[in-house]
Amino acid sequence: MELIDQHTKNIMEGCKERARQAGLRFQDETLEYIVTNRDLLELSPKLMIPTLYDYWVHDVEVLKEKGRYELYPHNPYETVINTRPAISFYNDNNPDWLNVMIFYHVLAHIDFFQNNLYFRHTWDFDLTGQALSDKRLIAKLRSEKGRWVDYVIEFARAIDNLVDYHGELSAVHRPGVGVRSRRLDYYFDLFLQQVKKVKISEYVTEIERYNQCTREYREQAEQCFFAEVNARYPEFEAMFEKHRGGKPDGRKDLMQFLLEHSEFLNKDENKWMLSVIQVIRKTSLYFQPQIRTKFMNEGWASYWHEKLFLQDERIGGHEVDFARVHAGVTSLPRVGLNPYAIGMRLFQHLEEMADKGRLSNDYQRLLDADKRKTFDSKAMKGQQKIFEIRENLSDFTFINTYVDQDFVDRFRLFVVDRRLNEARMVWQYYVKSRKAGDYREMLLGSLYHPPVIRVDTGRTRDGTLCLVHRFEGKPLVREFIANTMMGIEFLWGGPVQLETSEVAGTATRPPSARERGEKEPEIAWRRVLYEMKDRKLTKLAIG
Amino acid sequence: MNPKLARYFAEIKKRGLSPQREALIRAELALGGGHGLREVVGREEFATSALGLYADGDLSRIQAMTSPQGSYTTNVRSLDELLERDRQREKDGFPRKIRVGRLIKPGKGDSGKVVVVPTTVEEKFLHDSAFKQEQEGGGASGGTGEGEEGEVIGEQPVRGPGEAGSGSAGQGEGGGHEVESNAYDLGRILTEKFELPNLKEKGKKRSLSRYTYELTDKNRGFGQVLDKKATLRKILETNISLGNLPDLGEIDTTRFLISPDDKVYRILSREKDYESQAMVFFVRDYSGSMEGKATELVVSQHVMIYSWLLYQYEKNVESRFIVHDTDATEVPDFYTYYNSRVAGGTRVAAAYRLVNEIVDKENLVQDYNIYIFHGTDGDDWDTGGKEVLPELKAMLRYANRVGVTIAEHISGPSHSTEVERYLKSSGLIEQASNLLRLDVMGEDADEKRVIEGIKSLIS
Repeated sequence: MELIDQHTKNIMEGCKERARQAGLRFQDETLEYIVTNRDLLELSPKLMIPTLYDYWVHDVEVLKEKGRYELYPHNPYETVINTRPAISFYNDNNPDWLNVMIFYHVLAHIDFFQNNLYFRHTWDFDLTGQALSDKRLIAKLRSEKGRWVDYVIEFARAIDNLVDYHGELSAVHRPGVGVRSRRLDYYFDLFLQQVKKVKISEYVTEIERYNQCTREYREQAEQCFFAEVNARYPEFEAMFEKHRGGKPDGRKDLMQFLLEHSEFLNKDENKWMLSVIQVIRKTSLYFQPQIRTKFMNEGWASYWHEKLFLQDERIGGHEVDFARVHAGVTSLPRVGLNPYAIGMRLFQHLEEMADKGRLSNDYQRLLDADKRKTFDSKAMKGQQKIFEIRENLSDFTFINTYVDQDFVDRFRLFVVDRRLNEARMVWQYYVKSRKAGDYREMLLGSLYHPPVIRVDTGRTRDGTLCLVHRFEGKPLVREFIANTMMGIEFLWGGPVQLETSEVAGTATRPPSARERGEKEPEIAWRRVLYEMKDRKLTKLAIG
Repeated sequence: MNPKLARYFAEIKKRGLSPQREALIRAELALGGGHGLREVVGREEFATSALGLYADGDLSRIQAMTSPQGSYTTNVRSLDELLERDRQREKDGFPRKIRVGRLIKPGKGDSGKVVVVPTTVEEKFLHDSAFKQEQEGGGASGGTGEGEEGEVIGEQPVRGPGEAGSGSAGQGEGGGHEVESNAYDLGRILTEKFELPNLKEKGKKRSLSRYTYELTDKNRGFGQVLDKKATLRKILETNISLGNLPDLGEIDTTRFLISPDDKVYRILSREKDYESQAMVFFVRDYSGSMEGKATELVVSQHVMIYSWLLYQYEKNVESRFIVHDTDATEVPDFYTYYNSRVAGGTRVAAAYRLVNEIVDKENLVQDYNIYIFHGTDGDDWDTGGKEVLPELKAMLRYANRVGVTIAEHISGPSHSTEVERYLKSSGLIEQASNLLRLDVMGEDADEKRVIEGIKSLIS
């Protein structure tokens, strides 16, 4: 890979100045590389991070059944990666005007990476450097342990989509009030509510009493408070001790849980596996925000490349070329979803709404269609609003908050579905709904959402690890369960159970039923318990 | 209904039909349609991409960079190593993980491509979005523009054969590999991985080598014929690197410099030409009832068998392709064989007769090992096999192996198809057990089962 030439770099620097004037904020340094098809071959399985660790699956082209699973939590080929400095990739024969457009696009991405709070945990280090040292670590372990390193990588990757990303993020965002007292938490959250089952009035009184103590004694508040508690409940201290030394914390994600509580991994001869799992976990966490902000990130970048390109005096005369490329990127397809298009239009729409003061209660309460059309309070808060959104939201909150009937009507959006016409053996695509609620549901349904699978510490005993899948209307991909659980069994060093939901039975309807216009049969779900023991999988229905 | 079919239908009806059989046959007749080639769909309008929203990034969207295409050799380079790793996995007590991806990109004439790649899947706990696919409501997506609620805005044919349900081959335009070399490698992989037994040598193996001289090799600097296109490309490359192309919009060729190295010639070279040793007849039922999975299964199995024979016979294999409904025709290439649409009724005898005629007319028995592989859904209008069995007996006199694969429809009861019934009752399978093999599987069988099937056909 080689860097872009000086001439092109000069264009980039010019773009940076203009982007800064428009309000985008990003670090000074960036690196731009030319990529060839050959580079892409090496880069794409490594998520475009040149220094990522080696793994044999990268050598195998994964093509089968692409539709059945998401390979990685990110897009396969990205132009810009969230490193310090940010690295971006270019085709080697882009004309200057096109580069200008792409540079603006890239700068907006970098601005997004470096200011959106979902990326907070990626701000304090450079991934390429980190990845390089991880890569060396894994290479070194390979030379000592051989193929077992790859087994550990494989089994760790099998659960790397279950990392507790939001937990990790909240730890970063936690306000620095010092260490919260676990004794206090236990007293209010568990002891009073679950052990003593006190009345609400009594509970509130206790809270008030604690606040009283903090006002009076400041530093010694807790001591005073608990002096009285111990007088009233002599058993409290003993119970708190028991709770603290007792069960492991089930709130941690599966990977963390294994790192801390797997006896197999914590044996002296297996300690090296811990660092391998850590590497996989870190990498997965790093890419989580990217996939959770696809609409916003691409929308934001498209919004800015359009805006800034048209203001850039250096490339006058290329408006038609630009229009053609830009339309290709951000046109709304007749059928299909284009995150670039939806994201960009939503940002533009919100900017206008905020400029006219329509993101306000006054407007939302208006029912008169004419008044709604002409409503304009001249607030001119558009720019401020979209910058706030860029800082604080992710795809889910963005879509859930702002995709409303106004937006859907304005761009004539609708939900498409298909039905089978058996007489002619074709799928017919039809307009299913133009309601904002349905459109929002459809968008949210297409977003990345890994299953929530937690360790049930209460049922984890006698060396059997018990996992519970929180059912959200979709089953797990059945053919992947066995191998994934085999990996967990290996890392745990004992039997593993997984409680999940499956379709109890599919009633296939005769085609005639559909013609008679009967409704789809309701799907019946049942809970099942898989158990992986000695690499054999068994299944048990549990209700 | 075309008159010829109608006549044949009346004829077999006279011989007597049970009501179920008649219903089956009538259903097939009702399908109509013809055998035209399927459209090979590029980027369909309704293509639902595998990764959904996350399928493309800026490089592909804005810079129009195609997805990276690995040359085939890079995939195979590590293949041995990967297979070795897989064997080791088994020893370590984990199930094997690498599968052979067979990917076919049939082209017309000789430009067909079989691309073989090792594939593997990283299993994870994932939500299965596809569990509702078969029902309505499984294809929800977004759209924009005109249309009332409920209005149909487009149609897409249900998957037929040819979209073999596998992804694209990681190889688009420009990655031209011949069928031969890839199929050869697939054969090698099959042989090594699945430990298929080797065939017994029959017939006379004559490894005559002939040489032909061709002008296919390219050479820089000197040669017999100047390759203008390649030369121009070189000149362009040189001048781009010299900076003589300031503006792509207006190319001024007068400023170009031509370096001596830029000239690319075709040079005469000696190429080995093999005598063929094996002749494989691929026979496929393309009647109306073969719609969908049954066809997919049959053609993918045939590709594998073909590849595997190539391997065994060191590329000395010729193949002939025959498709049949109530009549049989020979088609010129794999592309047509693979892509012909299903329609019409079914008469297996017609195909077998055609094979016998070809073998007889061209006197193939002298020089070739002859293999015949027939794929069908087991339906035949010829009740009891009165017409088929004599043809089959004639075939068994010269063939090294006849392998019949029945891809049963899931809807019907198993092991009750017409073809299976008459083959079993004829006793031929027992009498000529080393010449005739029958394999029956459900049309939804997975790759592993297909390969098991090949084993039983060829062992």
